[in-house]
Amino acid sequence: MSIFVNKDTKLVVQGITGRDGSFHTKQMMEYGTQVVAGVTPGKGGQKFEGSVPIFDTVAEAVKETGANTSVIYVPAAFASDAIREAVDAGCRLVVCISEGVPVNDMAVTYKYVKERGAQLIGPNCPGIISPGQSKVGILPAQITAEGKVGVVSRSGTLTYEVVDQLTRNGLGQSTCIGIGGDPIIGTGFLDCLEAFENDPETEAVVLIGEIGGDDEERAAEYIQTKMSKPVVSFIAGRTAPPGKRMGHAGAIVSGGKGTAESKVKAFEAAGVRVADKPSDIVPLLAESYEPARKALEGR
Amino acid sequence: MKVHEYQAKEIFASHGLPVPKGEVATTVDEAVAIAEKIGGPVMVKAQVHVGGRGKAGGVKYAEDIEAVRKHASAILGMDIKGLTVEKVLITEAMDIDEEYYVGLLMDRASKSPMFIVSAAGGIDIEEVARTTPEKIHTLVIDPRYGAQAFQARRLAYGVSSDPAVVKGMTKALLTLYRIYVESDASLVEINPFIKAKDGSVWAVDAKLNIDDNALYRQPKIEAMRDLSEEDPSEVEAKEAGLSFVKLEGNVGCLVNGAGLAMATMDLVKYFGGQPANFLDIGGSSNPDKVVTAMKIILRDENVKAILFNIFGGITRCDDVAAGLIKAVEMLDVPVPIVARLTGTNEEEAREMLKGTKLHPAATMDEAVQLALELAGEGK
Repeated sequence: MSIFVNKDTKLVVQGITGRDGSFHTKQMMEYGTQVVAGVTPGKGGQKFEGSVPIFDTVAEAVKETGANTSVIYVPAAFASDAIREAVDAGCRLVVCISEGVPVNDMAVTYKYVKERGAQLIGPNCPGIISPGQSKVGILPAQITAEGKVGVVSRSGTLTYEVVDQLTRNGLGQSTCIGIGGDPIIGTGFLDCLEAFENDPETEAVVLIGEIGGDDEERAAEYIQTKMSKPVVSFIAGRTAPPGKRMGHAGAIVSGGKGTAESKVKAFEAAGVRVADKPSDIVPLLAESYEPARKALEGR
Repeated sequence: MKVHEYQAKEIFASHGLPVPKGEVATTVDEAVAIAEKIGGPVMVKAQVHVGGRGKAGGVKYAEDIEAVRKHASAILGMDIKGLTVEKVLITEAMDIDEEYYVGLLMDRASKSPMFIVSAAGGIDIEEVARTTPEKIHTLVIDPRYGAQAFQARRLAYGVSSDPAVVKGMTKALLTLYRIYVESDASLVEINPFIKAKDGSVWAVDAKLNIDDNALYRQPKIEAMRDLSEEDPSEVEAKEAGLSFVKLEGNVGCLVNGAGLAMATMDLVKYFGGQPANFLDIGGSSNPDKVVTAMKIILRDENVKAILFNIFGGITRCDDVAAGLIKAVEMLDVPVPIVARLTGTNEEEAREMLKGTKLHPAATMDEAVQLALELAGEGK
């Protein structure tokens, strides 16, 4: 098991012929993801890598191939439309990698997705991988391993850093998901924590947050009241100055809100261990999760 | 992106909001000429992209022309929180009876725009929120339908029963919503929105922040960008596709990815040092980007060591190493460089860096500690 993507994920790639789209589609296919279709308006009828049919519209792609999930690599200006197109065509899960989507567009798109009962991951995210089953997005598969730790993060490379440490310590992952660094994202920490809690194959969770917003604070409350599985967290941006956007559009402390201190405090109050540095995550996990303790002892 | 008060007022006025007469001046003589044209008492207001202008002495009431001359000379060239005042807005002084706060921003929790209205206007709204939260009225707007007149009316009645204020504020709120959507704003604010002694209502101040992601379709607003208000290194970095924020420490950081860049800064602090900057080179190992990044970091004389922290995922470490070696050859780098390249093809990268002046490190912890040690030696 895993969350959100698995062996049954049938993927349509929006923007499959673009530079990023084609590169990452090849990577996903090599990993074993079922890439059943691609969409690039004007290129319908062609084949990608000689095997994946390309369509002009997502509706056609879904009708012809039974795709249930979409991944989006189109330029930011077209991403909101691409998300709505995928949902309208019947994709239950849409993963939007594109960075720089106007926030006010996303506010409307978020409602569009929700009222149709679909799920959006991102935008501005590295995607999701359930090791051994399916990879949707740009996460480097070679640092992951099959296992039972769930990883959820607002970051990209920081996620890789943490996943790599888990794998090097013999702790594989059920699913690793990057939810994205924008102010409005489709899937938040709460959605992922709930899914991990309900996933029988996930035994522990690592949550990687950062400054901005209050999703971490709400996650802390959820963990305290609803979760039985051990959770270890890390918060990036303790040294970030207020009022400055730190790369991610959503990583900003404004009006004294969204500070790392507030998030750390919320987790600690909820009894969730917070790592001071990334290399402390596995040792902290060992305190509450037996396989991590054994893995560390075995080193 | 932020625009100045005078620019926001131009936009507000073009949408029909009542804005006091005023013009912007860059010299004292211009300021005086504008004040003479307006006639009567005016306000002299520093135009800088920071809050707390009033407390810093950047906003003054001028009874007559002599006072305009005095205040404009004091304020032009004044330093407010590190920014030099290049422009002043000379604007009609209003006879204020009541002050309100009205604003609209993107509320992350509800993922929707949210109005904020308060009868406690004219002061820092964050301060009001902290000390007297009961004085703040908020209303989340469904972005699919936009702000409705009844919603604006309800908010206005929440802070006043004066028919003129309710009518004026209702119109102002609906107009603010239109401006917010049309200009791709992340925040629009009038603080204070006033009732003058003669009963008329006015937007005495104006604030407008634009979503950077939407600037590509807001050419008129982008043309309002005032680069003198921004750190030149941050502007240069942006043009090169880098994210850079200058800090006060002495360890220059060059990282791929925003989260990892923040975590690297935090780790420098954890081990007892101070980061000189935040710098995300993005997903590319393009040597030109690395060169620009190094140039920007080296411009800061506080920098005593540079720390490269790269996690190669799709990006290959050997590519990054090649870019790094090229950058070092092209630039005369007077400080030690610690390179931690991990992930895809890290062994190849390590081989390539052997025999160079670069200090290799295997883990983030090791890299940061080494950089701190080297920065200490440089002192």
